[in-house]
Amino acid sequence: MIELKNVGYRIGEKWLVRDINLTIENGTLWGFVGPNGAGKSTLLRLISGELLPTIGEIRLLGKLIHSYEPKALARLRAYLQQKRDINFPFISLEIVLFGRHPYLNGTKETAIDLLIAKEALQHVEADMFAQRLYPTLSGGEASRVDIARILTQDPDLFLLDEPTNHLDPRHQVQILDLCKAICNRGKTVITAIHDLNLAAMSADQLLLLKDGITVASGSPETVLTAELLSETYAISFEVLPHPNGYPWVMPSLK
Amino acid sequence: MTLPRMQKRTKILLILIGLLPISVCIAAGIGAYQILPWRIPRILFFREDGFAVLVHVRFPRVVLSASVGAMLAISGATLQGIFRNPLADPGLIGITAGAGLGATLWIVLIGGGALGIWGLPIAAFVCGMLVTLSVWKIAEGEGKVSTLTLLLAGIALNSFAGAGIGLMTFLADDEQLRSLTFWLLGGFGGATWPVVFITLPIAVIGLFVLSRQAAALNAMSLGESEAYHLGVSTENLKRWSVFGVALTVGAAVSAAGGIGFVGLVVPHLLRLLGGADHRYVLPGSAVGGAILLVASDLFSRTIVAPAELPVGIVTALIGGPFFLWLLIRFKREVFL
Repeated sequence: MIELKNVGYRIGEKWLVRDINLTIENGTLWGFVGPNGAGKSTLLRLISGELLPTIGEIRLLGKLIHSYEPKALARLRAYLQQKRDINFPFISLEIVLFGRHPYLNGTKETAIDLLIAKEALQHVEADMFAQRLYPTLSGGEASRVDIARILTQDPDLFLLDEPTNHLDPRHQVQILDLCKAICNRGKTVITAIHDLNLAAMSADQLLLLKDGITVASGSPETVLTAELLSETYAISFEVLPHPNGYPWVMPSLK
Repeated sequence: MTLPRMQKRTKILLILIGLLPISVCIAAGIGAYQILPWRIPRILFFREDGFAVLVHVRFPRVVLSASVGAMLAISGATLQGIFRNPLADPGLIGITAGAGLGATLWIVLIGGGALGIWGLPIAAFVCGMLVTLSVWKIAEGEGKVSTLTLLLAGIALNSFAGAGIGLMTFLADDEQLRSLTFWLLGGFGGATWPVVFITLPIAVIGLFVLSRQAAALNAMSLGESEAYHLGVSTENLKRWSVFGVALTVGAAVSAAGGIGFVGLVVPHLLRLLGGADHRYVLPGSAVGGAILLVASDLFSRTIVAPAELPVGIVTALIGGPFFLWLLIRFKREVFL
């Protein structure tokens, strides 16, 4: 699906990410983890095609990401941004329908588009505020509407920057379950995620970053070890096996 | 699509489109020589009394005010979409102030009479275009245009052009000062068919270019990178929008001087009535702006007849309080 070869991105003299080599297979759920400023979001934006790598190359389905037309690319990958602010009185349903933009060619949305949007809203339990003005929603409600928009875009690759932010535990789990279901349909999900336990619980593969460089990548068991985490975050961690099989991570006070 | 909002919007657009010819006929009928609106077709067809007044005086004026209103309002709506800010105004990218500078330079340094009636509008149009082009070039870097720099450069060049206008006002003699003031306040006193024949095609091209950006502007309201992720070529969107706005506002200011508030109030009113979808707000603003300026011009030339109030004063006089009323009454729904 995605292949990164020797990717680096620099602003001025500072490398935000460097020497990233990564192959992401179809149908996997990847989690990018690491401290603030580790380069998780930058890497996601590079993979999305929004940023042009300073060196190296990124291929989506074998083709260089920058050789795609914006509309064709938007049918293949969707991106969920961390912060959103909208200054116009759009209702949630309209925001979700924007996800159909890559499929419309100056035409109006059809009944099918509307159906897709409504289904997506139900998926994230947001259909009850479909008619409400988006700017009046709470942070968590707005997040769910945005996820519905990404679902409506119906891509093969989902890039989600902190999709569980602002959500209560029920909706966090629901979003991660949704990611799992997406992967089971053969699609690919990459999330940047702060919560290591949510990452351990949901991801097939993890990439641990620090200062833009890969610390480790692989299954949650191999990445989320006390040594690697203590080295990356500069605090001590304890890692226990969770009864359900995945590692359970606890930072400890000094 | 069966969204109730969609049906409501279609209804609003149809009502506006129906109101436009009605307001045009009423405005064309009223004046020193009164013509009843429903007699206009007869007069035109049988060349009855009043034919000359209608064809040579009223119609060019009404058509010009409708085109200028449509251009100003759709430009305002477009810039609000590009800057994702409901307070953006066609003046923001320097075009209005630039055109104003061109006009004042022409009046004071060269003289209003040179090149006949064309000298002043051409000077205004060229100068407005030059200022907007500079704003664009300043904001351009590494093949991308930063929206924030566009805004800031617009503000900087606006104040620079404003200083130029101030200087020219200072240097002007009494007669120049009078034509300068009249020009800056805006009006359709100079409306003749030749002016219409130049302005109308620009309006048609501009409206066409701008209304084609509507779907992309919708995506843009989520944010610039979000729009990119939804498949919008944001650089193309910005280029075409600024081009369309510069063209239409340049033509509007050249033909009628500085007329404020139309580009701000009309899109707001449309959003209040039917929501923020640009596929509805852009065409709706064009028609609404046309109606508003036809009505304002009617008011400006009849209220103190036989004298004429500059139409810019009328739009500001109606627009200001109306905007305040919107602000107070619909704070939550419209301004959020």
